[in-house]
Amino acid sequence: MGFLAAARAFTVRRGPPDVSAPGRAGGGWKDALFEHGTAAATWLVLFLLIGIAASMAWGGRLAFQTFGFDFLTSAEWDPVAGNFGALVPIYGTLVTSVIALIIAVPVSIGIALFLTDIAPQWMRGPIGVAVELLAAIPSIIYGMWGLFVFAPFLAEHVEPWLNETIGTWPLIGPLFSGPPIGIGMLPAGIVLGVMIIPFIAAVARDVFNAVPSGIREAAIALGATRWEMLSRVTLPYTRSAIVGAIFLGLGRALGETMAVTFVIGNSHELSPSLLMPGNSIAAAIANEFTEADTELYRSSLIALAFLLFVITFIILSIAKLMLRRMERLSGKTQ
Amino acid sequence: MNTVLLRRRIIDILTLVFAMAATAFGLFWLVWILFTTFVQGLQALNLDLFTEMTPPPGGEGGLLNAFYGSAMMILLAVLIGTPIGIAAGTYLAEHGRNTKLASTVRFINDILLSAPSIVIGLFVYELAVRTIGHFSGYAGALALAIILIPIIVRTSEESLRLVPNQMREAGFALGLPRWKLTSQIIYKSAMSGLVTGILLGLARISGETAPLLFTALNNQFWNPDLSGPMANVPVVIFQYAMSPYDSWHALAWAGALVLTVFVLTLGLLVRFLARKRSSR
Repeated sequence: MGFLAAARAFTVRRGPPDVSAPGRAGGGWKDALFEHGTAAATWLVLFLLIGIAASMAWGGRLAFQTFGFDFLTSAEWDPVAGNFGALVPIYGTLVTSVIALIIAVPVSIGIALFLTDIAPQWMRGPIGVAVELLAAIPSIIYGMWGLFVFAPFLAEHVEPWLNETIGTWPLIGPLFSGPPIGIGMLPAGIVLGVMIIPFIAAVARDVFNAVPSGIREAAIALGATRWEMLSRVTLPYTRSAIVGAIFLGLGRALGETMAVTFVIGNSHELSPSLLMPGNSIAAAIANEFTEADTELYRSSLIALAFLLFVITFIILSIAKLMLRRMERLSGKTQ
Repeated sequence: MNTVLLRRRIIDILTLVFAMAATAFGLFWLVWILFTTFVQGLQALNLDLFTEMTPPPGGEGGLLNAFYGSAMMILLAVLIGTPIGIAAGTYLAEHGRNTKLASTVRFINDILLSAPSIVIGLFVYELAVRTIGHFSGYAGALALAIILIPIIVRTSEESLRLVPNQMREAGFALGLPRWKLTSQIIYKSAMSGLVTGILLGLARISGETAPLLFTALNNQFWNPDLSGPMANVPVVIFQYAMSPYDSWHALAWAGALVLTVFVLTLGLLVRFLARKRSSR
């Protein structure tokens, strides 16, 4: 549909072969204007990215200068005393994103498998659209629903149960024990997981469809079952693209703001329990930036944004590079 | 039946069940979220929503100023973002298709598409709020435009590339200069794709909240002036939902319903247009 343009951007580019050779002479100054004008707009896109990175680095310089490397390792976040450390938001961002991936990756691959192999033809379109609609819902709606519906549901039905069962296990027990309040890192991770499902599923479906039918038919002719086809033909063939899709989902999860802000609880306490409130980089900025009353406070939040931007840039670049191979393959087969 | 065959068959069935369960799981959330939004939103929906201003804490009112502010900022963002996006898309698809700049920008653009929108909000804060000294609707529109541009670049490049090369060759054969060819022939034949891209971008920026938090901020009162802080639907929903007042919660749900219906309608329209195009 296109809400997944961001996902599609990472997969297949179709188009005719090149005709970018310059037009015949005689266009005169209008041609030059047109060409340079469009080139200027293209440069602008490039400068946008550089500008964002540079302005975040510049805005955060006070925090980086004041705290140095401690900014990354300190868990203290005390606006009154003017001490800021990014460990809690960084930890929360990573933990919620990992929870999101644990949920979204298997589900997305299941959906892609369903849409390419299992569902009858007439069902593929509507179900595909429905899954894509998940990406169309604005993140603020996810957040409201998370706060008013999902969090109370978790607090009442799921978290007490988690406390009694997994919460008592050794090793991973502490992760799942805590007050059942429904607000915290686990709920934020689950909501994030739902939000990134359509992105991973859309890419996975596209790359599954790009597997040459010859090798699929060969596997079927050898008597492969669905599982054998998926695990020995489809997944190995599309491995790098699937990893790319996962990184794309991760990139989205890391930067998602509103949905997380509603349900994570905005607490700067480091807690081993996933049921306890935490914070993420984006949520901390959204919650605190307008209240930041000192230059150092503001600078610390911008420094957080700089970290977030650098991390997502790296993750999304990896995603793009991993998907490039698939792009070439499907470009060749068409 | 021998055991190996039996095991393979069981695993096969488990795979089938897993794929169906995964799909049901995905759809389950969609239904749950939409159901909640509709039930809560319809309860709170009334005519005041479109005729009254946002109320003080705990009071009754509507979202007129927020709708107006959102509409103005989105309109301005589209006016800024569309020409720039289409121009860059034109460069990528036509003039500079194989240049180093084009391949770099394609890469960068795809990353900007997924970049965290809160960072873009902070960027515009640094650029247009801190320098001027106060929050403004213009800053909000600028932030939305920056989010819109990569979407338009991407969709316009794709739809321009779908124009058959024979079209360009025919144009050159007639002796058309390049600018005339592009603006009068290529754009025309790619029109539905370009429009789809704009609608898509419109749907995306309508729901954006994070970039408006520190740019347009919010405003309880009617303010037609874009140079001051401006109310807008997503930020009002955020603020009201986080508040302790029931009447504000109800308004937030009503706003959420209107926003969701608007965005989903646009989304389905885009889908419909895209299908019509591909079947032609």
